[in-house]
Amino acid sequence: MKNVFKRAAKGAHVPHHKNTQNSATVDMPVPAKIVLPMQQHIGAAVVPVVKEGDQVFVGTVVGQSESPLSAPIHSSVSGTVTALGEVKLPNGTKVAAVEITSDGKQTLEPAIAPPEVTDYDSFIAAVRASGLVGLGGAGFPTSMKLKLKDLSMVDTLIVNAAECEPYLTADNREIMENSDAILAGIHAVQKWMGIKNVIIGIERNKPEAMDKLFDLIKGETGVKVKPLPAVYPQGAEKVLIEVCTGREVPRRGLPLSVGCIVMNVSSIAFLADYLRTGVPLLSRRLTVDGGCITKPQNVRALIGTPIDDVLAFCGGTKGDLGEVITGGPMMGVLIEDTSFPILKQNNGVLALPREEVLLPDVQPCIHCGRCIDCCPVGLSPCVIAAGVDANDPQEVDRLQADTCMECGCCTYVCPAKRPVTETMRRAKVLQKKAKKGARGR
Amino acid sequence: MKQSVLLAKDSPHIRDNSSTQRIMLDVIIALCPAAVASAIIFGPRALLVIGVTIFASVAFEYLYCYFMKKENPVGDLSAAVTGILLAFNLPATIPLWIAILGSFVAIVIVKQLFGGLGRNFANPAIVARIVLAVSFAGRMTAYAYPSFEGGVDALASATPLVATQHADLPLLQLFLGAHGGVLGETCAATLLLGGIYLVIRRVITPTIPLAYLGTVAVISLLAGQEPLVQLLSGGLMLGAIFMATDYATSPYTLAGKLVYGLGLGIITCGIRFWATSAEGVSYAILLMNLLVPYINRLTLQKPLGGGKKK
Repeated sequence: MKNVFKRAAKGAHVPHHKNTQNSATVDMPVPAKIVLPMQQHIGAAVVPVVKEGDQVFVGTVVGQSESPLSAPIHSSVSGTVTALGEVKLPNGTKVAAVEITSDGKQTLEPAIAPPEVTDYDSFIAAVRASGLVGLGGAGFPTSMKLKLKDLSMVDTLIVNAAECEPYLTADNREIMENSDAILAGIHAVQKWMGIKNVIIGIERNKPEAMDKLFDLIKGETGVKVKPLPAVYPQGAEKVLIEVCTGREVPRRGLPLSVGCIVMNVSSIAFLADYLRTGVPLLSRRLTVDGGCITKPQNVRALIGTPIDDVLAFCGGTKGDLGEVITGGPMMGVLIEDTSFPILKQNNGVLALPREEVLLPDVQPCIHCGRCIDCCPVGLSPCVIAAGVDANDPQEVDRLQADTCMECGCCTYVCPAKRPVTETMRRAKVLQKKAKKGARGR
Repeated sequence: MKQSVLLAKDSPHIRDNSSTQRIMLDVIIALCPAAVASAIIFGPRALLVIGVTIFASVAFEYLYCYFMKKENPVGDLSAAVTGILLAFNLPATIPLWIAILGSFVAIVIVKQLFGGLGRNFANPAIVARIVLAVSFAGRMTAYAYPSFEGGVDALASATPLVATQHADLPLLQLFLGAHGGVLGETCAATLLLGGIYLVIRRVITPTIPLAYLGTVAVISLLAGQEPLVQLLSGGLMLGAIFMATDYATSPYTLAGKLVYGLGLGIITCGIRFWATSAEGVSYAILLMNLLVPYINRLTLQKPLGGGKKK
């Protein structure tokens, strides 16, 4: 099993802060206005297919693209398109965006009907039409993930219910409130893709959800629940595959190359809901928490709702607010402007106090090796950092910096408070540049 | 709800509460029992020597950084740790100017000239001990005998390592440290206590000390020596627990740590049993320190999925 001589891969003992574990999801009211950026997934941005002044309904397609690596974007309210403009995504790129003013009626698009799925191809077409992207945070278009040249490539479906980030309990609530859909989703993927083995990975810090899953799979053949140690980051794709199946995804490889497909538990449940009703991805369950939230809870918000509205719904912020982020505190994305909308891949909104997130003074590396011990994929961050300081792309490449998934463990444990994860990002850029240069010559 | 004063930074957004200073403080706490023991065994002059080396080390660090216009690093407590470890490698009778000279070698020459904290090529206290031992051989081996045992502060040239070949010291006496030697090395009991504290606080892993001590025990058995006597005498405990585990000069990975401990044990026994010097711990640590970059390179951990290339 785990070979400690190969790599320590201890992970980081981050605090759990699962305060909202037992808070049932509350539906947020329909916002007056939503903004839909035309990129809410990894891949090509979609193009708006509506004009200013158009009447739209709940579920009307507003953005679409020919690119297979994309997912259509639907309106989550009924009303009028009031503006076509541009917004800046948290990563700094600018994309087109559609602003829709709600009429408050939430009229469903008349064309919506349960999709007709008769074979694998129509299943993939339905997944694509649903607008589903990986709901765990990365936002990889699900239709692309499930679209295989050869179905015999894959024998195992891993359902990711680890939810290893601190604070977040949205997936946990999905299991507690929507477990039938999870099973239906698993059945659908099994049926249309011919997958026999299903493993549901869940961290041990969610005992109630774990019991629920064990009850759920009673009588199922080929479906297993795998309890995982509550050490961050069990939910990282490659780590989860290794823990669940013992298989190692090769460097630069996809889970497919070891016969696995990994899907987030909320994605699976949504898939089943879509196949049943035909209503595309319109809303997200969000954990709203952090030291500065007055009323921490799980809410269901329409995609495109301004983060300001979500914060206000939870009683606003209190204390000395330092940061607002979407996602968890380890890999979450900083939100500079809180009028930014909720995206498909968001699973939480955290408001953290200034004292918790202030950048500490950086001290020299003392070579304690903690970053090496904790790195879940077995990299040697402080050695790579030396390569980055020396501006040495060969060294960085030899140390396989591109395996880094930026989980943040190394920065979290560093006693010298060095920004190790940031240095890993620079290492990857250095590596890419060197590759491009080599190809050019 | 306008938030104009939000911070802007990259993930991860939270850190644990560890710090360099806290690690160094833990090492100092772990060294305290041995310091108390040295005062009991060798008398109050032991504390004077410890105080002088700490003060001198911190002062040299401060002055060097002041004149080189570097940021003042005294707050990280690493100079204080070096000071204590250096004092632990000196006999209680040492003239104070030699102790101060040792601090200069450790802090200025070995540590700061090579780039300061984390960049030293070898353990500063070990190099200082070796420099002093070579320069002032007589005074460095003028071991004080335990102050409560009749002949107070008697000078003698025999360390237990030499002495045990003739007259056997009882093991319990060795364990409690009631015999001649340098300040910090004699009382194995308090050194072990400190080591256990460091392991519990997760400052060190027990890999290096166990590999080192284990190798010495095995080779002693093979060479016909009494393993327990070898383990408890000389600077072995001090070296294995506190000097060989110095972060900057020890390997990162489990495999590297085992190789390092093995090498330390082999060199120590080689010097003790078959060379002219009675003690080999400091030379073993220095030699293995120099090999650490190579050990690190050869024992790098393997990234997930890195076995196959492309």
